[in-house]
Amino acid sequence: MEVQKTALYDYHKNLGAKFVPFAGYEMPIQYKDGIVKEHISTRTHAGFFDVSHMGQFFLEGDKTLITALEKIIPADLNNLKINHSKYSFLLNNEGGIIDDLIITRTEKGFCIILNAACKENDIRQISQFLTENHKQFLNNNLSLIALQGPKSVEILEKLIPGVANLKFMTGNNFDYEGEKLYVTRSGYTGEDGFEISISNKKVEKFIDYLISNEVKPIGLGARDTLRLEAGLCLYGHDLNEKINPVEANLKWAIAKKRKEVGGFNGWEKIKTLLANGSEKIRVGIKPDGKVIARENTKIFSSDNNEIGFVTSGTFGPSVNAPVAMGYVKSEFSEIGTSIQLEVRGKKYGGKISELPFYKKSYVK
Amino acid sequence: MSEKKFSKKHEWVSLDGDVATVGITKHATEMLGDIVFVEVPDAGKAVEKEGQAAVVESTKAASDVYSPISGEITEGNKAIADDPGSVNSDPEGASWFFKLKINDKGEYDSLMSKDEYDKFCKENPS
Repeated sequence: MEVQKTALYDYHKNLGAKFVPFAGYEMPIQYKDGIVKEHISTRTHAGFFDVSHMGQFFLEGDKTLITALEKIIPADLNNLKINHSKYSFLLNNEGGIIDDLIITRTEKGFCIILNAACKENDIRQISQFLTENHKQFLNNNLSLIALQGPKSVEILEKLIPGVANLKFMTGNNFDYEGEKLYVTRSGYTGEDGFEISISNKKVEKFIDYLISNEVKPIGLGARDTLRLEAGLCLYGHDLNEKINPVEANLKWAIAKKRKEVGGFNGWEKIKTLLANGSEKIRVGIKPDGKVIARENTKIFSSDNNEIGFVTSGTFGPSVNAPVAMGYVKSEFSEIGTSIQLEVRGKKYGGKISELPFYKKSYVK
Repeated sequence: MSEKKFSKKHEWVSLDGDVATVGITKHATEMLGDIVFVEVPDAGKAVEKEGQAAVVESTKAASDVYSPISGEITEGNKAIADDPGSVNSDPEGASWFFKLKINDKGEYDSLMSKDEYDKFCKENPS
């Protein structure tokens, strides 16, 4: 498969980006400042992320569209208001997570933001439930920019008046340079911020404006440290098709009504797990010292029984310590439980920790 | 202290009598990015030429640090284990990794000079 590039590829290059292949795209892992500085500038000022590799999948149709999507997505789509967004998933028959996503109700239907590595399969999975009454298209003419950090609102409001009124997980259309763009108050860093869906033709000009306001470009490296500190999952690492939302500690993302009534893929299994709990569960992990417990690190109990594994682990620049997430047997999931992490053949102490590791309040 | 010599794995070595000081090069730190964890060997450990001797981790990944020269460790630099970020600021000075009593000065002599190393880095960009 040919490596794909986002509309901003040359722009990133001029900013001194180091590229890595990611989900079939050449994406910036970092820029000149490096991961730690990029991370800190997002937390203290604002940073922008090119997330145009993610799928912007649009669905249109009559009432039956909701019924169709609710078979594979456990959100309460019937009661989702126009311009409101929800974090949810695509589920398989076993209740396993095919992908995690953000779904937004639009005037004509829904927009779903899909992970880049999963988008083609996601669309196949969703299509199984669609009929000729439903229209679907992946819009590759749009870029997606995340603007994150405490100064985001002030900076974006100057350019696009009205965005400051958006509440967390809501969005709207705005005019920019004679075109419409869609802005949601959302993100994946634990900071206040926005995600801006903008035509590929206008995106460079938009980024020029951000840079003139001291907004730093942020690569995938810092995106990872930011989301991990915020306790957010990365698909393909913390989530996969063999893990269900109860194990992933994401049962909050299944709508209350859907938990009761069901009618979605894997509901039978999820219903049982909701009642009885799961054997393993996703937890936050803090190594006691400086050692970094990376993905696949084995987790042991204090009496040396293997109890789980790490799915994401790095150094958290704002926590100023190593942080990790992983799965442990549920009886070891209580906050504060002492565990051991096997790194390079040696066991290091650690504790089950609350998530997120880093907390800020969203604008509600 | 003798002139610094360099390895293809981006370590530097200087020699004081039969005790060598080993660290990673500025070029290595630039490739690694922000260093957030360092593990140095304990005194008494025997290391082979090009054997694994220490660990350095950036936000991105963990890498082994090899000893370009064989011998017995006399000291690991605890200061860099306590403050891994200092390796980024002074990799070829205060932030050395370990010292060792060497077995064979010939191993030192066979390493690259500064000029040779700079040329090597240019010809082998990462």
